[in-house]
Amino acid sequence: MSITVRIPTQLRQLTGGAGEIKVEGSTVGEVLKALDSAHPGFGERLFDDAGELRRFVNVFLADEDVRFLDGLSTAVADGQTISVIPAVAGG
Amino acid sequence: MDFVSGLRCRECGRTYPAEALHVCDFCFGPLEVTYDYDRIRATVTRERIERGPRTIWRYADLLPVDDPNPVDLGAGYTPLVRADRLAAELGLGELWIKDDTANPTGSFKDRVVSVALTKARQLGLKVAACASTGNLANSVAAHAARAGLESVVLIPSDLERAKVTMTAVYGGRVVAVDGTYDDVNRLCAELASEHPDWAFVNVNVRTYYAEGSKTLAFETAEQLGWRAPDHVVVPIGSGSQLTKIAKGFAELATVGLLDQVPDVRVSGAQATGCAPVATAFAEGADAIRPVKPSTIAKSLAIGNPADGWYALQTIRETGGSCAAVTDEEILDGIELLARTEGIFAETAGGVTIATLAKLAASGQIRSDECVVAMVTGHGLKTTEALFDRVGPTATIAPTLDAFDAAIDLGRNGDQSDEPAQRSDR
Repeated sequence: MSITVRIPTQLRQLTGGAGEIKVEGSTVGEVLKALDSAHPGFGERLFDDAGELRRFVNVFLADEDVRFLDGLSTAVADGQTISVIPAVAGG
Repeated sequence: MDFVSGLRCRECGRTYPAEALHVCDFCFGPLEVTYDYDRIRATVTRERIERGPRTIWRYADLLPVDDPNPVDLGAGYTPLVRADRLAAELGLGELWIKDDTANPTGSFKDRVVSVALTKARQLGLKVAACASTGNLANSVAAHAARAGLESVVLIPSDLERAKVTMTAVYGGRVVAVDGTYDDVNRLCAELASEHPDWAFVNVNVRTYYAEGSKTLAFETAEQLGWRAPDHVVVPIGSGSQLTKIAKGFAELATVGLLDQVPDVRVSGAQATGCAPVATAFAEGADAIRPVKPSTIAKSLAIGNPADGWYALQTIRETGGSCAAVTDEEILDGIELLARTEGIFAETAGGVTIATLAKLAASGQIRSDECVVAMVTGHGLKTTEALFDRVGPTATIAPTLDAFDAAIDLGRNGDQSDEPAQRSDR
């Protein structure tokens, strides 16, 4: 499954400045791990020691917060977009 | 000149220069402004503040930007009103209302926006932008107009009509998004990455913006005669205001403006239709679970609050409490405050007053405490919430007889034809 991941400004130094990266995977967690393999550094920034998403990292699948879905286990479909967004905004 | 020493990640402690940055590049934790408190202590005095303008800028020494000509409509220095009639109804003692309805665009947001756009101009940013539940939209559009900046304001499309009008009138661009505030916020976080020369006040300049809320604590203490209250009740949307009020009281002691280290209990107020912090508090949870909001308190309808975790921490550390109130209770709170103190608050103010009442009834706010309730937005913004509740006592022909009949009717509410009168409202 080919998935597009949108990268926030704060992490674009890991992608050589690219704002979108295409990777493979069948769940949100697999996609993000594939992103870390392709561009090392994402893993330690996105996940805590227990392997969960860090408190201030929001991940959206097709514009829905994955915390409202099945979290990192959420299945993804070919061609979908995942956005990684810092949680500290708004209010 | 300001006394800022830089920015620091609240989670991992990494430091950054004072630029348009709001989250840590490493862990995404929020960045906080750090100050040289020794230099502030050597400079600031009560007299220096009291000689300053009757706006938030009298506290410029404790703000993250100083400019002789700030982007300013006169935000701050709002009345602190002794609320004896309300206190009597609630069984409380020394109760005060911080009446932030008196700000230029009718809410506390003028405090944070004045700071954010003054800093944004200094940083050379070109466009004032935000994601808003309404009050911030009003304030950004107005302050941008004042500063001659372009503005782009994004709001959920179901906002109260008054809040839309009060934004659009200033001539900037207003984009209504089909979705919740959290959807709008996500969109703005992505837009901020694409438009690095824009000032999204609550995204890329949020670090500075949030500091403006400290002035609520500064003013409260000054207006109480340079003493901190025992207990404050603060509405929670993102949770930023609550944490910054606690920080404000602590800073006053740090720089020597209070005789004693303050011990202020900070309690939070939410609507049951959007209560992620109150729920976590009640459950003793360590994480905030996001929710899909459904409440008339639209200005607090943030299902995934950026500072929810820190608000929860502040409430627990200060020995405060947190409660949520229903839409009915919110409307009761608006009417109670209006009826007893002559202050007309928006729905978020109803949340504060209803929560104050609830915490007073349960004994968590005590009658021996000096209590301050933060009423942060004007009722004119959300009048539609009350359309079914209040209206003319009677609609009459222009005759003395009709007037006398109507007033008698009002005194004897059990008369049989009263329902017909009510339906005229």
